[in-house]
Amino acid sequence: MSHTASLTWFAHHEFRLAWRDWLAMLTAGKPGRVKIVAVALIVFAVFMHLAAHSIVAKFADIGLETDIDRGTFVIITCCALLAWSLMMSQAMESVTRAFYARSDMDLILSSPVAARRAFAVRIATMAFSTVLMAALLAAPFINVLAWRGGVRWLAAYGVVVGIGATAAAMAVALTVALFRTIGPQKTRMAAQIVAAVIGAMFVIGLQVAAIMSYGTMFQLAFLQTDFVVSLVPAVDSIVWWPARAILGDMAALLGVLTAGLLLLTASVVIFSARFGEHAIAAAGASVGRVRQRRWLQSFRRSSPKGTLRRKEWILLKRDPWLLSQTLMQLLYLLPPALMLWKAFGRSNDDLVLLVPVLVMAAGQLAGGLAWLAISGEDAPDLVATAPLPASFVTRAKIEAVCGSVALIFAPFVLVMTYASPRDGIVSAIFVAVSAMAATLIQLWFRTQARRKHFRRRQTSSRIATFAEAFSSIAWAATAGLAAAGRWQGAVITGVIALGILFGVRAVSPPKP
Amino acid sequence: MNQHRPFAALDIRGLKKSFDRPAVDGLDLTVRTGEFYTLLGPNGAGKTTTLRMVAGLLRPDAGSISIVGIDALADPVSAKQRMAWVSDEPMIYDKLTPFEYLEFVAGLWGIDPTAGEANARELIGWLGLGPHADERCEGFSKGMRQKVALAGALVHDPSLIILDEPLTGLDAGSARQVKNVLRERVAAGGTVIMTTHILEVAERMADRIGVIAGGRLIAEGTLGELRLKAGKGDTSLEDTFLALVAEQAEAEAA
Repeated sequence: MSHTASLTWFAHHEFRLAWRDWLAMLTAGKPGRVKIVAVALIVFAVFMHLAAHSIVAKFADIGLETDIDRGTFVIITCCALLAWSLMMSQAMESVTRAFYARSDMDLILSSPVAARRAFAVRIATMAFSTVLMAALLAAPFINVLAWRGGVRWLAAYGVVVGIGATAAAMAVALTVALFRTIGPQKTRMAAQIVAAVIGAMFVIGLQVAAIMSYGTMFQLAFLQTDFVVSLVPAVDSIVWWPARAILGDMAALLGVLTAGLLLLTASVVIFSARFGEHAIAAAGASVGRVRQRRWLQSFRRSSPKGTLRRKEWILLKRDPWLLSQTLMQLLYLLPPALMLWKAFGRSNDDLVLLVPVLVMAAGQLAGGLAWLAISGEDAPDLVATAPLPASFVTRAKIEAVCGSVALIFAPFVLVMTYASPRDGIVSAIFVAVSAMAATLIQLWFRTQARRKHFRRRQTSSRIATFAEAFSSIAWAATAGLAAAGRWQGAVITGVIALGILFGVRAVSPPKP
Repeated sequence: MNQHRPFAALDIRGLKKSFDRPAVDGLDLTVRTGEFYTLLGPNGAGKTTTLRMVAGLLRPDAGSISIVGIDALADPVSAKQRMAWVSDEPMIYDKLTPFEYLEFVAGLWGIDPTAGEANARELIGWLGLGPHADERCEGFSKGMRQKVALAGALVHDPSLIILDEPLTGLDAGSARQVKNVLRERVAAGGTVIMTTHILEVAERMADRIGVIAGGRLIAEGTLGELRLKAGKGDTSLEDTFLALVAEQAEAEAA
């Protein structure tokens, strides 16, 4: 087989695998669902276009020919940076997976195909997947802008490709750099944490800056302040090329695309040769032996329920990766914590803004923990053959989840109650309700899985994933409205939240 | 006159379970207390399905299961208190040490901590896990994981131990340790039911052997009794087993 043929053949193989992965992710591995998923995707696309219309249609007339100011460039550039940070995060995940997933690595490395070529294609496929995902997410916004403001907005797709290529290139470089500095044993966890932090950093950073400067959590208001606008370069600066390209400047688009693709090509050329070596090193990275010094101690006296609860907490505590993945959602609590700290000891009406943030975070955290405790049981046969009623085991696991949520949110609620008793009480009630609702959804949609597959929990049941998110949002809205004293609105959103729960219960799979 | 007879360790009557097709089809099986019983059968014969129903991991479509006289379907908690299950794929917690794992199992079974700890230390010694007792299980080989799982099954001192292919993937040394522990358990009055594809193990260890095919028990007895039934003389268990399965396949085809 010629070099070109082998490259083409391998690219075909990679794209086929990537396509099947996508399909499996969308259908949760059930091929019979393709038609249902297709219909659901169409409905979702229509919904997203409607939502995008309500958000961006009013900006469709903005263009380079209009009297555009630096404030507008700042906002467009920040949107592009947000997309870039999310793409970078996703690309880092993909690169880390490629290093550590054994799947076909042995086959590739033991075959007579030049590993360099194979990994070049693999890096390109990762970049393509990243760009495709970003393009799909951005599509409703770009399409609406193009429909209402002209085809020039379609240039934004080119910007997605350009910044996606940059993100993939930097993700490869950063992961390889981690590999070389901290070694294969630690890179896996470090890279995944870095990926998650990069994904969240931009939004949180903006919020923190906004709170510190103006005491508000609204980034857009912050970005348009005179202070920020005075700091950024003039409108003809190269910094604004991505923003200009999005607005339809073809020269800027060419620049963004060229820069992105050049970076990606350089990354492929530089790193594909070493990719195989790193993959081999990753495979050889043994799990370190960790001693716990329990051998010298006696067995504790504990009830079966207490034993189960303690097991859940120990497993979570001892798995830094899992802990980081679970607590990553708590990064979003950093801005509210900052706001609480600033408001501590004085009456502050803005605290009402924190109530929905806390409730939303509690729901999301409880969902993750509940999945770990209920579905992510690594010894399901052991627990199922223990002389305990199934309901008893479930209750113990729910208690472990609720205990963890209570432990994390209690300080926030206490400080909030001190600063504003009404907001504190409303937060306490709805944090509990939101956490319980997310836990119930996970209970109804439980599947058997390994804890290490935590990141795949979203793909095991799309209904559960969306229901968990919508339930948390609905309870957060209810709490926010209740804290603001808008009882009528709170009742309506509360009924919606309950409706989501009842609806999810009705469509949940029967008990095995 | 009513004579007191000890309950069978396991008594199965008319057990049925279907998935796409019948996996277990009216199975009757009795295993006596203090017996080492080996269940043989070709792939898909229904061995694992049967044992998973006994362990309470699958609900039968029909039939009854009695464990040391306890109706396992009516009172699963009491039945589970008396038995242990070890699957072919050792499922343990990577982040716990063997000692902590045994503490967890003892806690689930409600064993007195002092007795549980004594059992755990003894089992860890027997199975050669001593040097690794306080290391997390995440770096363990399959053999070590299987030994930890076996120790977990024994730490609460069950009357009936059910093992599904416990020796698959173990090296000779580990397999020997596992076999020794099981033999000692039977010598102490416990009952062991084990499936295996390693016929030599069944030949050497089992008091009685049951052969399952098509979800039914097609033959049962000591090695000698099976040879007699298969019409084979002084042949190996492998020849006897293959003859019995072929005979059953011919009967079904006819």
